[in-house]
Amino acid sequence: MTSEMNRKNSPVDTDLNDPMLQQAMRDFRGSVHAWSEAAFNRPRPVLASAPHRTAWRRSAAWVLSLTLSFAMVGTAAYEHHHRAVVAREQQHQQEMERQRILAQQREKETEELMANIDSDISRQVPSAMEPLASLMTDDSR
Amino acid sequence: MSMDAAQEIASLEFSEVVAKHRQQIFRFLLASTRDVDMAETLTQDCFLKAYRNWSGFRGESSALTWLMRIAINLQKDHWRNRRLQFWRTTRTNAVDVDEAGDWLPSNESSPEQQVLARERIKDVWRAVEKLSGRQKTVFLLRFVEEMDIGDIAETTSLSEGTVKAHLSRATAKVREQLGGRK
Repeated sequence: MTSEMNRKNSPVDTDLNDPMLQQAMRDFRGSVHAWSEAAFNRPRPVLASAPHRTAWRRSAAWVLSLTLSFAMVGTAAYEHHHRAVVAREQQHQQEMERQRILAQQREKETEELMANIDSDISRQVPSAMEPLASLMTDDSR
Repeated sequence: MSMDAAQEIASLEFSEVVAKHRQQIFRFLLASTRDVDMAETLTQDCFLKAYRNWSGFRGESSALTWLMRIAINLQKDHWRNRRLQFWRTTRTNAVDVDEAGDWLPSNESSPEQQVLARERIKDVWRAVEKLSGRQKTVFLLRFVEEMDIGDIAETTSLSEGTVKAHLSRATAKVREQLGGRK
C-alpha cells in the first residue's frame, strides 16, 4: 500500500467517533506502512551479517565465555598440578623417612658387628698362655 | 497428473501466495516487535512453516488469515522462548517509541504538521506499548492491516464480540494517551 493511500480515510476509521483519534490512527498507519516499506525494500547483503550491536554483544559473549572456560580449565589444571606436587612431596618425605630408618638400622648393625669384633679380638692372651702371663705380671711388679 | 506435476503446481501457487502476502506479514510482525531483524526472521519462519503445511491448507479461510495465524503463533512462541532464556532478554534490536514514530508517510505536509503528526504517532506507539499481547494483536490487525472484525476473529480464534471488546479497550487507551495533547 502506498503512502498516498494511507492519507485517505479507511473504513476502519469509522469505528472511531473522535476526529483527533481518526487522524492519529491515519498517521500511525501511514507511519508503520512507510517504515515497513523502507525496511522491506532495503538492500540486503547476500550473507546477512549481524547488526553492529548484535555483533558487538555476540563478540562480548564469546570473549566472556572463552575467559570463563579458560578460567575453569586453568583452575582445574592448577588444582591437578597442586595435588600432584603435594603427592610427590609426600612420597619424597616417605622415601626420606624410609632411608633414614634403613640408615639407622645399618648403623646399628655395624655397631653390633664392631662390638662383636672388638670382643673377639680383645682377648690378647690365649687361655693356654694365661699362667705365663700372670708371671709376666708379677715380674713387672 | 503425475506426482511431480502436482507438486510443481502446488509450489507455483505457494510462490504466488508468498509474493502477495509477504510484505503484509512482515509489516504486521514489524509493528508487533518494532525490530526489523526479528520481523524478517519471523516472516521467513512463517513462510517456511506455511510451505511445510501447504498441502494441508484446505482453503477454508483465506491464505492471509491462515498466514497471519501462523505469524501470531510464531511470535508468541518467540516471546515465550525469550522469557525462558532470560539471559537473552538484553539481546533485542527493537527500536524505541521515539525512533519508530519518526517515520512519516510523505513529506507533502508542512513542517509544523509533520511535527504534530510525529507526536501523535509516538503517542499511539506509547499506548500500544501498554496494551496486552492480545489487545495489541487485535489493534494492529484492525488499524494497521485494516482487516475486518470477522477476519480478525478467525485469525485470532476469538469471537467477534471478544475482538470488539479488545478493540474498544485498546482505542480507549490510545484516546487516553492522546488526551494529554488536546
